Amino acid sequence: MPNTFEGTDFITIRDKTREELEIVMDKARQMEQYRNVGTDSARGHLMGTLFFEPSTRTRISFQAAMKRLGGDTVGFPSPEGSSVQKGETLADTLRTVSQYVDILVLRHPSEGSAKLAAELLDIPVMNGGDGSANHPTQTLLDLYTIRKELGKIDGKTITLAGDLRYSRTTRSLARALTRFDVELILNSPEQLKMKEDLLVELEEKGLSPKETNDLESSTAEADLIYATRIQKERFPDISEYKKVAHAYEIDKDLLEKNGEPLLLHPLPRVNEINTDVDDMDNTVFFNQAGNGVPVRMALISLLLDLPGR
Amino acid sequence: MTPDKQKMKITRIENGTVIDHINPGSALKVFGILGLDEDEESSITIAIRVNSGKMSEKDLLKIEDKFLTPKESAMIALISPRATINIIRSFEVDEKHPVELPEKLTGIFDCDNPNCITNQDREPVEPQFEVAEKEELSVRCLYCDNLMDEGQVTHQLIQES
Repeated sequence: MPNTFEGTDFITIRDKTREELEIVMDKARQMEQYRNVGTDSARGHLMGTLFFEPSTRTRISFQAAMKRLGGDTVGFPSPEGSSVQKGETLADTLRTVSQYVDILVLRHPSEGSAKLAAELLDIPVMNGGDGSANHPTQTLLDLYTIRKELGKIDGKTITLAGDLRYSRTTRSLARALTRFDVELILNSPEQLKMKEDLLVELEEKGLSPKETNDLESSTAEADLIYATRIQKERFPDISEYKKVAHAYEIDKDLLEKNGEPLLLHPLPRVNEINTDVDDMDNTVFFNQAGNGVPVRMALISLLLDLPGR
Repeated sequence: MTPDKQKMKITRIENGTVIDHINPGSALKVFGILGLDEDEESSITIAIRVNSGKMSEKDLLKIEDKFLTPKESAMIALISPRATINIIRSFEVDEKHPVELPEKLTGIFDCDNPNCITNQDREPVEPQFEVAEKEELSVRCLYCDNLMDEGQVTHQLIQES
């Protein structure tokens, strides 16, 4: 089968079919064998990692993925020290770095920045998070984790909890879940409800989520909870953040009383998940973060059409 | 009043444009987004909520010596998708066509999400939208997915004109 990913970009889940999402997940499963020992399929390839916002998991797992594939990475972990500090535009930075690398991952605070990068550059661009709009590679690893832990995605009831307004991870994941046969529950405080445009889009795709702020019932009904941090940095007004900063907490007692659903979180967590859940079998958020490596190895392999497909 | 007498209220123009079948009550918005004002040298006729065979009521705008650009035509389509453009030359209708809402709207108005890449200083990118809903107008930014409704779009078009 021809590799339709070759030379393309990975910017948003919006233009991805279920089949395409499954191709990446299948490829990630193949990559598990190289996750710890590595391979040399990307030897000689260089990936640019341009992170204009802080990142631990996305940046390091992208770097680990490229290195496990036998390739290498160059880039910066924050704009400090780059020419952006001298007033260079994002476009000029992108056009310059693309001269040095074969593939690029971009994280930037402006929504739509990754799409602009894809338009400007001839090399494949992967979106490592653009403002509060998209985080499509996080979604790939989220879907991969659900499939790995529960055997399948279809037929599951999934609760997205926390900040559904500014969270790009839940925004991308909700979009992806429209490609599957799931029940979706949205649990958030009133101020952090999912944006109307996405709710409309979900409805159009036939996914009618149930909105609630009752954590007990949305835990009891769910096969898995996807919890998110209330993101201080996304609030236009800090006083609004303070009103909801401690809006919810998932702890061992809540999970045990409500059927112990699988608990995922894109991390970092602050106070929305109590550490007393960490030794429970159903809390998989560190494994989830680990799955970022085979998933990103898979994506890089597909976009660069590396040998061994 | 007889129909003939009603017609006489709107004077003919020699050369220019008649924008017909504007949504009732929207003529002043069209007037605004075309950047027209009371200081125009051209003769302008505005008719609001006149009887129409096609719609029960309509607005109409006649502008002497003015011919619309494609961008102006797209702007009118945004707020009045059933409007028709009549180009008048020597008192005759030379061309007549409905306004057309392009699939993509590029560089006509800005995204109202301040964090959208199209609003960042000096980046080489024009705002671009697709029409998400035609009847009750809403447009989606092709960069940040932000939805804007007719009120938000019209407000901006009038502000900028």
